[in-house]
Amino acid sequence: MDGASSGTGLSLERVTKEFGAFVAVDDLSLHVPAGSFFALLGPSGCGKTTTLRMVAGLERPTRGRVRLGDEDVTDRRPHRRPVNTVFQSYALFPHLSVLENVAFGLRRRRVAEPLTRAHEALALVEMDHLADRRPALLSGGQQQRVALARALVNNPAVLLLDEPLGALDLKLRRQMQVELKRIQTEVGLTFVHVTHDQEEAMTMADTVAVMNAGRIEQMGSPADLYELPRTAFVANFLGQSNLLRGTVVEGPSVGPGSVLAVDVGTGRRVLVPTERAVRTEGEVLVGVRPEKLHLVTRDEEVPWDVNVVGPGRVTDVAFSGVSTQYQVAVPGLGTLGVFVQNISGGGEVRVGDEVHLACAVRHAFGLDGAEDVASGVAEDGAA
Amino acid sequence: MSIVTAIGHGPGNARAATSPARAARGPAYLLLAPGIAYLGVFFVIPVVALLVTSLYVPVPGGDVGQFQPAFEWQNYVTVLSTYWPHLVRSFGYALVATLAALLIGYPVAYAIAVRARGRPFVQAMLLVLVIAPFFTSFILRTIAWKQILADESFVVAALRAVQLLPPDGRLTATAFAVVAGLTYNFLPFMTLPIYASLERLDPRLVEAGGDLYASGPTTFWRVTLPLSMPGVVSGTLLTFIPASGDFVNSVLLGNNGTTMIGQVIDSRFFKVSDYPGAAALSVVLMVAILLLVTSYIRRAGTEDLL
Ligand SMILES: Nc1ncnc2c1ncn2[C@@H]1O[C@H](COP(=O)(O)OP(=O)(O)OP(=O)(O)O)[C@@H](O)[C@H]1O
Ligand SMILES: [Mg+2]
Repeated sequence: MDGASSGTGLSLERVTKEFGAFVAVDDLSLHVPAGSFFALLGPSGCGKTTTLRMVAGLERPTRGRVRLGDEDVTDRRPHRRPVNTVFQSYALFPHLSVLENVAFGLRRRRVAEPLTRAHEALALVEMDHLADRRPALLSGGQQQRVALARALVNNPAVLLLDEPLGALDLKLRRQMQVELKRIQTEVGLTFVHVTHDQEEAMTMADTVAVMNAGRIEQMGSPADLYELPRTAFVANFLGQSNLLRGTVVEGPSVGPGSVLAVDVGTGRRVLVPTERAVRTEGEVLVGVRPEKLHLVTRDEEVPWDVNVVGPGRVTDVAFSGVSTQYQVAVPGLGTLGVFVQNISGGGEVRVGDEVHLACAVRHAFGLDGAEDVASGVAEDGAA
Repeated sequence: MSIVTAIGHGPGNARAATSPARAARGPAYLLLAPGIAYLGVFFVIPVVALLVTSLYVPVPGGDVGQFQPAFEWQNYVTVLSTYWPHLVRSFGYALVATLAALLIGYPVAYAIAVRARGRPFVQAMLLVLVIAPFFTSFILRTIAWKQILADESFVVAALRAVQLLPPDGRLTATAFAVVAGLTYNFLPFMTLPIYASLERLDPRLVEAGGDLYASGPTTFWRVTLPLSMPGVVSGTLLTFIPASGDFVNSVLLGNNGTTMIGQVIDSRFFKVSDYPGAAALSVVLMVAILLLVTSYIRRAGTEDLL
């Protein structure tokens, strides 16, 4: 099996994996274009590792097909797939030196000069000086980098990374993120990168898929996912959101710039662009990101394309240098979070002040009202 | 001295920091005392006695079995020149038996540890079957083999019928029977250590092998087998060492041409009362095993895995 010099596309078609009665991956379909950087983001236990294992051939899907490029590889044994994995547990061979670990795949494929190439791969992850050590003597972060080199050196058609940077400290992590991204663009490999860390997923990936309970909730570019979440889980898991429960009281207006009017309780109406709403009638959730909200001190006259709710009382002010985070309790709506950039120095609004909250209509989004407002909140990724 | 330095956390006070550890050694030696005393009484003293006895000479004009202290090197020359074939034969049989036990024991251990992984009940049952022979005396079991391999037994009849054995061929009282007996008797000592190291083997390493283009057999050869070497080394030692000194299998299952060194020592001691000769042979056997085992462990190179 020869490693491809550049990436191959990867498709999962309606893949399901059951362990007994437990469904770990549920009817999942996705397509990763050749040479792209794809991130799978989701909370612990949502089936990310299981998905990767099915691509690597370490787990057989209960249903569905796995394709690499044009080939159906569902029934192919792992060693016959041009795919390599950076395992979550590293899985370095304890009886081999770091160098021989990295050369393992090259030797199996009888690649010329395996040791030279292994040294190069180790240099790439800044581990060449420890090439003669046994893995047991390395720190967690060092083991992780060796695992990365061991997979990368094979130039696989698809590289699967199962939280490959989880054990690194912040500085090394950022450095490796840049390095990984550079390798990926340079060599043109297809990367499937599993992570808990939403920031990592968003900064590195061309496409992010947010997974929850064995399903993909939403897939798209990082900016699309952030600006227009389609489920409450995505809205809360990726960054933070203020979600207000309400009922559509005036259907989509006609023409360009169509909006819905939503009653969010006690007669307060907010507008949501129709194309940003999942539902256009009945119960909905109106969402807005905290940094899109502004504090307005007087109930001033506002233009039609700005939603205003309030009055509410400031219950908490957290100053973090670049920005200030306010919590505002609005009777009947609950507590809303607001991020304000400290452009003007801040400090004008204090705990106990009465404020109104304003946001541009075009920043609001509408979700299905049947969803749980708290779904995806503060699960491990949503820092 | 301040309270801080007194409890050994004083900054830069290395001596204060080490003294609690030194003080802790007293109780440690105290706890070791029974073990050290046991080894002294049942190992060191007998070995010294053995060495001393091996150099004794017969009392001039004395009875059979009467010896006096001396420094008779010649004893070693005599026993070695007389019994070297038995020594070589013992190591030969032990080696063949060890290899046979490895070939049988490894697959058994693999089946229990790897194939039955995740089914604790099956594993427990199979392990009991491996250990079950220990429930009866090993002499009795060896006598049972004598019956099984006897000329009129169905085993011999069956082997003759399928022409694996010539019509006048026999199994009992042959070198084959002795080696088979040794293999059988020491098989659990081979199987259990290998089982223990295969059980510890992380299945994710085997998956990593597959992910890195190694087929099933290659993964076994390059990952599983090297990682189970500690078990193989202990298993082979636990089989080879007692097998080379064995004095039961050859008596019960062999003939005059299969005499092993353990049997010789036994008869030198009990039958002809040649205590220095028996002692010298024992020392030779011990030293030979020590040399063989040391070079074997060196070669196996598993120190960092043990
Ligand atoms: N072999 C198995 N047998 C039974 N259940 C399994 C097996 N492998 C995984 N699971 C279950 O499937 C679910 C998904 O597991 P998976 O390892 O894919 O999660 P994950 O998204 O990678 O989580 P994490 O971020 O913690 O690594 C978990 O609930 C897990 O307990
Ligand atoms: Mg995982």
